[in-house]
Amino acid sequence: MSTVATESDYIGKLAAKFRTCPATGLKVDLAAERLIKANAVAAVVFLAIGGTFGLLVALTRWPAVHLLSSDMFYLVLTAHGLDVLLLWIIFFEMAILYFASAVILSSRIAAPRWGWVGFALMVVGGLMTNVAVLQGDSSVMFTSYVPLKAQPHFYLGLILFAVGALIGCFIFLGTLVIAKEEKTYEGSIPLVTFGALTACIIAVFTIASGAIILVPTFLWSVGYIANIDTLTYKLVWWAMGHSSQQINVSAHVAVWYLIAAVTVGAKPLSEKVSRTAFLLYIFFLQLASAHHLLVEPGLSSEWKIVNTSYMMYLAVLGSMIHGMTVPGSIEAAQRKSGYTRGVFEWLRKAPWGNPAFAGMFLSLVMFGFLGGITGVILGTEQLNIIMHNTLYVPGHFHATVVTGTTLAFMAVTYLVVPLIFQRQIIWPKLARLQPYLFGFGAAGISLFMMGAGTLGVARRHWDISFADALLPYGYPPMASLMMGLNGLSAILAATGGALYVLITVGSILFGKKVDETNAVASLGPMPKKVVREAVTKYGNAGTWHLPGTYVLVGIFFTTFILYYFVNWKYLSELWPMQ
Amino acid sequence: MAEKPKPESAAAPLERIPFMQRLLDNPFLLLFIGVVVPTVIYILWGVMEITQIPLAK
Repeated sequence: MSTVATESDYIGKLAAKFRTCPATGLKVDLAAERLIKANAVAAVVFLAIGGTFGLLVALTRWPAVHLLSSDMFYLVLTAHGLDVLLLWIIFFEMAILYFASAVILSSRIAAPRWGWVGFALMVVGGLMTNVAVLQGDSSVMFTSYVPLKAQPHFYLGLILFAVGALIGCFIFLGTLVIAKEEKTYEGSIPLVTFGALTACIIAVFTIASGAIILVPTFLWSVGYIANIDTLTYKLVWWAMGHSSQQINVSAHVAVWYLIAAVTVGAKPLSEKVSRTAFLLYIFFLQLASAHHLLVEPGLSSEWKIVNTSYMMYLAVLGSMIHGMTVPGSIEAAQRKSGYTRGVFEWLRKAPWGNPAFAGMFLSLVMFGFLGGITGVILGTEQLNIIMHNTLYVPGHFHATVVTGTTLAFMAVTYLVVPLIFQRQIIWPKLARLQPYLFGFGAAGISLFMMGAGTLGVARRHWDISFADALLPYGYPPMASLMMGLNGLSAILAATGGALYVLITVGSILFGKKVDETNAVASLGPMPKKVVREAVTKYGNAGTWHLPGTYVLVGIFFTTFILYYFVNWKYLSELWPMQ
Repeated sequence: MAEKPKPESAAAPLERIPFMQRLLDNPFLLLFIGVVVPTVIYILWGVMEITQIPLAK
């Protein structure tokens, strides 16, 4: 037995071919590198498609433009949700899982051929679902609530995509086992890899939940099952639908730590504290799915409150810990580099000209202030009733998924292109501008949709003026203004998104080759030029002298408390007590 | 007669790894927890409540 194992190990090591990254000194398994490239390219393609659909949705919701017919609106809205909420994000997360395991641990990747099987399933599944939607008979929205029935290949495509992603998760876990067996790292896995592990664990739960509900729904769509209970569908579907966004949160927090480590050499303030925050995600983050069911009469208050108000707050605590430790680790590293004047010199002198850093910091701030705070509001049973199923909900998740996850993934692309594709970024001046265009555009989308939602505008509605309704109804005029501003913000975000796609594709195709002479310079402006230690080694920053971070945290808590109580005031006016 | 020197590992007993670190260093235990907790608290409890809703007559 041991001989077989040894031979197998030998064959595995022999089969793996490595190169040494000239910027980081890390050993990069070429099989892992190819998988990272394929998944990242597929992600960007689906972002381009889904982002275009998103612009069409926003231009239709803008009352003065009202671009698409109702049929086309629901078709495009379905495709937009699928392509960006699922395909762009999960393809990119597969790339992150392979990067965080094989590359950061300098290990060979487990079962690369299975990685290609998984990738092929994801591509076929993604295309199949897109075809089903574009054929026009599957405009059932991202949620595809029964009894709305899509074509069978809509559900089959999603199932194939999920199976492919599940294979990717197990390859990640297998690579962790190989790295430990072959001792490519000492002690605990690096924090970035631990964040990716958190994302992987949530992904396994998410995909399993998707299989539990989508397989019977597929059978229902082909006529083998007579009925799917609508409330059970909603319950289990949201274990997939909302948890898939929790994979994003874990992955983009890991990306924050990665970018902070690479661009300014930041070490976590405390490995234990950051890992405990990720542990809170593993325990509790998926339970936030329940906030989509807070107005369902069939579920008890106990179930709702335990899943949201009690458990979800522990996951929010995890996010608030990261919200302090990421800027804190940057401040610690910057102060160590000599930026010690006043409270904020470390922030003023941060590498804002590096699109990776700028995108990461904007993502951090916008995710916390826009996505995090509003998520707590939506997760509070009493407050949820004010804006349940209004445009506030897409406003909230555009703050988490677009300004949070997408912006962080865009930011890390400016490191992935030189490190993995070994190409320099073309148009560096436009690349510097891109995170701001996209970030502020996406922040506008979130804010104005939340504003319209607070005024009662329903989500998923083609015409907020109800022009063809038998019973006329008018929202306050401010709602139309909000939707106009939402449209303008979408144009700004789409410009930033198009720039990202052009820069990324252009760099891969036409960028100058990265070699030993320009490897570190290709990563953009950075105060520190040594990137390996901070990313791959366990260790703490060794200081808690962080006055600037404490001020930022104070501003965050003040905003949080004010907004929380403003909503309670708003609720009291909705149902005045006499 | 000179005493035989003890091997280094016997002279310095291994330091006990704290429970939290053992938990955080075990990806498959974390995977188990991360799947079981939401399955029980969110899905199973939720499905049990739905099955107890009386049928309309």
